[in-house]
Order: sequence, then C-alpha cells, then structure tokens
Amino acid sequence: MSLNLEDVARIARLARIELSAAEREATRDQLNDILGFIEQLQAVDTTGIEPMAHAVDVVQRLRPDVVTETDRRADFQAVAPETEAGLYLVPRVVE
Amino acid sequence: MSDLINSSLRELSAALATKKVSAVELATLFLDRIEKFNPPLNAFITTDRERTLAQARTADERLNTGAGTQLTGIPLGHKDIFCTKGWRTSCGSQMLANFVSPYDANVVEKLAAAGMVTLGKLNMDEFAMGSSNETSYFGPVRNPWDVSCVPGGSSGGSAAAIAARLTPAATGTDTGGSIRQPAALCGLTGLKPTYGVVSRYGMIAFASSLDQGGPMAKSAEDCALLLNAMAGFDTRDSTSLERPTEDYGRDLEKPLAGLKIGLPKEFFGVGMDADVRAAVDAALAEYRKLGATTGEVQLPNSGLSVPAYYVIAPAEASSNLSRFDGVRYGYRAPEYNDLTEMYSRSRAQGFGAEVKRRILIGTYVLSHGYYDAYYLKAQKIRRLIAADFVEAFKQCDVIMGPTSPSVAFAFGAKSADPVQMYLSDIYTISTNLAGLPGMSLPCGFGNNNMPVGLQIIGNWFGEAKMLNVAHQYQKATDWHTRMPEGVK
Repeated sequence: MSLNLEDVARIARLARIELSAAEREATRDQLNDILGFIEQLQAVDTTGIEPMAHAVDVVQRLRPDVVTETDRRADFQAVAPETEAGLYLVPRVVE
Repeated sequence: MSDLINSSLRELSAALATKKVSAVELATLFLDRIEKFNPPLNAFITTDRERTLAQARTADERLNTGAGTQLTGIPLGHKDIFCTKGWRTSCGSQMLANFVSPYDANVVEKLAAAGMVTLGKLNMDEFAMGSSNETSYFGPVRNPWDVSCVPGGSSGGSAAAIAARLTPAATGTDTGGSIRQPAALCGLTGLKPTYGVVSRYGMIAFASSLDQGGPMAKSAEDCALLLNAMAGFDTRDSTSLERPTEDYGRDLEKPLAGLKIGLPKEFFGVGMDADVRAAVDAALAEYRKLGATTGEVQLPNSGLSVPAYYVIAPAEASSNLSRFDGVRYGYRAPEYNDLTEMYSRSRAQGFGAEVKRRILIGTYVLSHGYYDAYYLKAQKIRRLIAADFVEAFKQCDVIMGPTSPSVAFAFGAKSADPVQMYLSDIYTISTNLAGLPGMSLPCGFGNNNMPVGLQIIGNWFGEAKMLNVAHQYQKATDWHTRMPEGVK
C-alpha cells in the first residue's frame, strides 16, 4: 500500500514535525519509495520465528536503590533554551 | 618531526617515552596541520588549541612522573556524536549546534584517563544518518584522496582526518557501517566491536540496538591499542556487557597457517564494482599465501538486511530522537503559538531532511495497525540474518568480502535517491543486525586511484582474532601506509 497526503500529515503530526503543504508532497513520494523498498520483507515466511529485539540477550540489571548522582541542575539547565528559577519554561498549557 | 605524522601509535608512544618528542610538541604538530589542511576537507568542526595544549601539558607531567600509559600524550579526534565536557557536541545537527556538553561520554572519559589528548570534534552525517557525510549541518566532508568525492559516512570526518594525517587516531560509531564504510573509502583501518563491548553512555543515540563505538586509525595494531582503552563494562549503559578484561592485541603476531576464511557467495555476486572485486580478490590471494584457506559460505538472508535495517533503525531513531523537543536542550524555534507548535517547529527547523525522513518512516512503522507488519516482521528477519552467521561460523574462523560495493563516489551521486544511498551499506549492515564485530582495512586502489576496503567479519567477541588476521596482512602489504598526495 502507498501513503497519501493525509497519511503523511498524520505521521508528521505523530512525530511532531511541521510539514508545509509543498513539503508534504515530496515527503509522500520519498516515503513511498522507501516503503516500496521495505515491502520485500513481506514475501519472507517468518512463521514460528521469534522476533530479535536486540543484538545480544541481556537481562535488565538492577541496582540498589541509593542516590548515585550529585545535583547538577545548574549545569544541565545552562544548556536549556529558556529557564527561570530552576524551572524549564514552555508556553502555557493550562489556561 | 614530520615523519611522526605517519608513525604508528606504538612508535609515537616510544617517542614520547624516550623524550624524543613531548605531548605538547605532538599536539602542536597536529594542530598546525589541522590549521593548514582542514579548511577544504571540513573534517574537524570544533578545535580549541588552548584546551588541547592544556591536556597535552598534563600528559607531559604524567609521562615525566612515570605515571603514563601506552597512550598518554597521543592525540586523537572524537566524532561529534560523543559528548565531551566543555566542548560543543553537535552530532552534525543544527539541533545541537550550540550544545556544550555538561558531561563526558564513557569512551571520552576512558581515553582521557589513558592520557590521550583531544585535538577536537569531527564532522559526521547528521545524527549519524548517512553514508556520504553530505547530511551534516556543517557542510560535507571531502575525501583527502580526491576532494570531489565523498569520504563515506557517517564517521566521514574521523576518516578524512586520519587519511589526511590531521590526527593519528579517532573515535567512530557504527550503526550500519559508519566506521567501516568511511574507513574503506578513505584507505584506513576501522573496527566495529561486538555489540555491548564499548559503552554507549554519552554517545548520542541513533538506533540503540545497533549503535556501537569503535576505533579508527591507520593500522590494526593501532586499533587494538585503542580498543583496549575504549572497551569495558559500564553500569550506565544497560546493554554494556560484563566480561573479563581482554588484551585485544594478544594474538596480533599469531601466524595465519590453517586459518579458514569464509567467503559468502551473496557478497561476491552482482552489485560489486569490478575494481573493488579485483582488489578484494588480490587480498584473498595474499591471505592464501599467508597460509589461510578460503571456502564458500552462505548467508542466504543477507539480501534482506538493508530493508530490515530501514525498518528497525528508523523505528529506534524515531523513539530516541523524540527527546529533541526544544525544552531541555537544543534548538528552539523563534516563533510559535502553543506547546505543540513549539515542538513541531523546533523539530522541523532543527533537523535536516534525512533525519526527518527517518523519523517519519520510524513513526509510521511503529504506528497503530502497522507495528506487526513492519517492525515485528523486520525483527523476525533480523533473527534469520543472525542465524545465518551462526551456521557460517561453523565452517570458518572469519568471513571476508568487500566493505563497500564501490570506491568513493562523487558528491551528489546518490544524495537525491535515498534508497540508492542506503544500498551503499549492503555488505556492512548484516553484522550490526547480528551484533557481530567487523573491520575494514585497505587492500588496494580502484578506479580513479581511490582506496578499496577489505571487510573482515569476526565471530561474536572475535575482535582479537580479527585484529590478528588484519595485522598479519598489514605486515605483508603496505596499502595501509599510503597517504594522499594533497596533504603532504
């Protein structure tokens, strides 16, 4: 199946990437090329094959529940676009 | 002094230990070369002479008190994907063009602890997504062998800088071939370790189940020294493997008599250029002279590796890159009306075309109703690809083939057609999917007198074996010592 302009708009909305109307057309064509290329996977019989999520089988390690990090809030906020009083500023979300 | 630019790391180490040269002199030599030769190449995108020389002075003090390691005082460059405290860490993106990292990646920390001196940060495809270094926000890197050609990618800055002798060594990362393919296209030796051997902490994530850092240098011997310092368990990377410490150079001098080399018939079919084929065949003949035997093996599903990769890698990238939202770090759009618009404009403006394309593909294959058909399907095929290698390694010690189907191509040759660009990594991607280690080493020159790379694929945790196999070839040949004319 191939994507139409509405599909592209929906995917872009999910990905939080703004696309202009002009970009949407070019993007549709490029995504359809790539999806067409990926399509060959569908021809492979994978009945009974366990999906491989990772390159090596590792189990989640647990560590003791103790503080290991020091407070570096000022360092980390120094690279933020906008902060105030130790808080990250974003546009108002609750009126 | 000038012969030091072609010295091996072992030779540099000896020169430092015997006070033939100081760390400050060595750093100055390479900083001066960067000043002279980097502008057309665009390999280094951040340098800081004072910071570098301060590190070199510390290294000299360590050497004077006898507290140095074999790498103390040797300069290197870091791919700009590795967070380096106090240095801009851009990942080749406008998104992070002003990001000065507040911490060091594990790899950076380890190499600094060994006493290595940072010359600067190296250009790369944006977020490591590319095979030609044309997607960097800071402009393309040029191949020192021919500046009208690409250096390969994504670790193209690392490769070009070593080829031009602007640094003796560099770090790289490899998600689908990003160490091996640029190493091949620039005539270097590069190694992607088994997944989990090198910590991913502080290495900006592209596709977490595939990303692996590794060394790039002029020879296998140099790569072994670097890997010894880079590898090791790290609690801050949940997929770092807890294994006994290894000396990856322990087997370098072992003779190759009796070595069984597997040649996948799928790698030697159509698709490989004739000049690449000729150089690879000549290398295999050299290996037979060294006592190895060659035999055909089969990797029947390897043809599916590129399409499977372009489901799995974008899926993981779409998740990893969701952290770039213009809130905590990185680029924020100048104008927006609400929070959602702030996100979507910051990401639209801060990311380049290829990165956005992959995020969109990844978002789609993970979206409701398509997950099973694409993502789960690709993960099942990933298992088939890995199982092929298990079978193949029952018949051989290492696998060999070309690293790249062609020598370095001209700028623009593939950039308009994403699928053609993706196929540049046709021989390298399957090792990432399987988690295997792989190397590329120079094995001659092809069309337009451009370098050709021979790929060695090792069994899981077979780094020492691969390095042995590469080093014995490099003792018998001199391809790895060649240097481009333009930077002499």
